[in-house]
Amino acid sequence: MKKYTNTGSKDTRSGFGAGLTQLGKTNSNVVALCADLTGSLKMDEFKENHPERFFQVGIAEANMIGMAAGMTIGGKIPFTGTFANFSTGRVYDQIRQSVAYSYKNVKICASHAGVTLGEDGATHQILEDIGLMKMLPGMTVINTCDYNQTKAATLAIAEYNGPVYLRFGRPKVANFTQEDQTFEIGKAVHLQEGNDVTIVASGHLVWEALIAAETLNEQGLKAEVINIHTIKPLDNKAILNSVSKTRCIVTAEEHNFLGGLGESVSRVLAENTPTPQEFVATKDTFGESGTPAQLMEKYGLNAEAIVKAALKVIARK
Amino acid sequence: MVNNCSRIGFVSLVEYVTFGAEKPNIRMSDLQNLEALVTQVRRDILRQVHKVNSGHPGGSLGCAEFFVALYQELMDRNEDFSMDGKNEDIFFLSNGHISPVFYSVLARSGYFPVDELNTFRLLNSRLQGHPTTHEGLPGVRIASGSLGQGISAAIGAALSKKLNNDSHLVYTLCGDGELQEGQNWEAIMYAAGNKIDNLVVTIDLNGQQIDGSTDNVLPMGNIKGKFQAFGWDVLEIEKGNDLDAVITGLKNAKSRTGNGKPICILLNTVMGNGVDFMMHTHAWHGKAPNDEQLKVALSQNPITLGDY
Ligand SMILES: [Mg+2]
Repeated sequence: MKKYTNTGSKDTRSGFGAGLTQLGKTNSNVVALCADLTGSLKMDEFKENHPERFFQVGIAEANMIGMAAGMTIGGKIPFTGTFANFSTGRVYDQIRQSVAYSYKNVKICASHAGVTLGEDGATHQILEDIGLMKMLPGMTVINTCDYNQTKAATLAIAEYNGPVYLRFGRPKVANFTQEDQTFEIGKAVHLQEGNDVTIVASGHLVWEALIAAETLNEQGLKAEVINIHTIKPLDNKAILNSVSKTRCIVTAEEHNFLGGLGESVSRVLAENTPTPQEFVATKDTFGESGTPAQLMEKYGLNAEAIVKAALKVIARK
Repeated sequence: MVNNCSRIGFVSLVEYVTFGAEKPNIRMSDLQNLEALVTQVRRDILRQVHKVNSGHPGGSLGCAEFFVALYQELMDRNEDFSMDGKNEDIFFLSNGHISPVFYSVLARSGYFPVDELNTFRLLNSRLQGHPTTHEGLPGVRIASGSLGQGISAAIGAALSKKLNNDSHLVYTLCGDGELQEGQNWEAIMYAAGNKIDNLVVTIDLNGQQIDGSTDNVLPMGNIKGKFQAFGWDVLEIEKGNDLDAVITGLKNAKSRTGNGKPICILLNTVMGNGVDFMMHTHAWHGKAPNDEQLKVALSQNPITLGDY
């Protein structure tokens, strides 16, 4: 098995902040808009370095999205920053009409996604955002797994011309992917090779999937672990190639099983090669207050839950 | 394509318009010629909605003078359409349902062939029910239709212009009923607070919306006072269907840009203007005339530049 080392836990939002800081220096067309959450989104450094390219819009997300769409006219590349809930559900129609349908080069960057937002509770813990965004024609949807990957993704989406939803989180989590990696939009990353079960994970569940694969390995089961960071467009080929070996799959994500990565994978399998699948995801429920670790456990979003799902799906082959 | 024109004495003008598609943005600065264009635009509006028995003639007719004044007299526009709109004035239509007047004036200002007005709301047309960039229609820079989003986009474009050291202006038009959407007030607050002074927002004050008069549907109180309280420079055009008054008002607005405040024009118009039975009522907000009604409406607006 490949060994992955946590080089020091960091929050994915800081990866976004670092990426944005770098873009500020390398791409003069990049502008940033924030709805009163500059510190939470780690946009402070960009703001300090480039006050003329930073736009504080106040607690007015609808206007922020519309302004970002308008700023693309004139060649700017706007990055909007607020929590995932306020980045999607609150402004769905603005994104739909002014960004997606108008195909504007806006990067909607969303922190504090999922239950790991923690103590603030369900009003702020969106578990439906991937579904909302992936349904919009032309929208690219990315959910990164650690600091390094989030930084790389932030740099990559500036080079891509089109609307993007970039989802990341609040807590410090293992940082284990390569520093200065090249991020390829739409390309799955193979983390472990295996023949017994495919585990496809995104976001905070990727590290959990690697831990789960070790546990399974101790039981003599070889799991293939694939990091799908781009939920749309989905790397169908990587999924189909893997299940042609393993003939079963577990999908793992910090999102509702309705509308998330798991459902996207199901569609690809149903169209090509119907395959037993188990879903590690929230099951049509809201979250609640608690620590991130407590919530991941209660809502079945950790390595233990992935192992359970893997054993179950292997038995269904 | 162009009939009966020499008969009413607009030969040279007709040539300009006819060739408009190939040689865009030729200006007709003579007021009489512009009046003729307004009448022709009204015909275009009526004929577009009649053909497909759908669309929004009322608000479109009320804004014919505004669009003609803006595109022919006010805006400094480049010959070729580019999405970026660099080094030219640009316009956003926020109340996208008045697409018939927008399309007519865009076509007659040379952005696309006037004949294409024939495809309004038809399958595979670039002239969608509400304007969109999706089909690549020149002259349109953002989709609109779901209301309340235009001022935000206009602010964004105005900020881009400032960043690009482009001293040109951004114009946008909103309906009065549209101001009931909350996003407008986020944008109105932002624009004043951040001194977006290269922005001219016009409110079509026709006092009507789909369900009735704005006063009956949701009274909006003193709109002028509200904009002023938010920190805007507000001016009124009392006669929004008097072309000369509209041009004068728009030029006044333009002269007041660059002074640290966004500009708001309150444009008093009559919904359905130019067709007697469509005026002063919300009944024609989103309803097309039948054959008989079209005949009457067109008879009140005789051909000037030639129908498409
Ligand atoms: Mg109205």
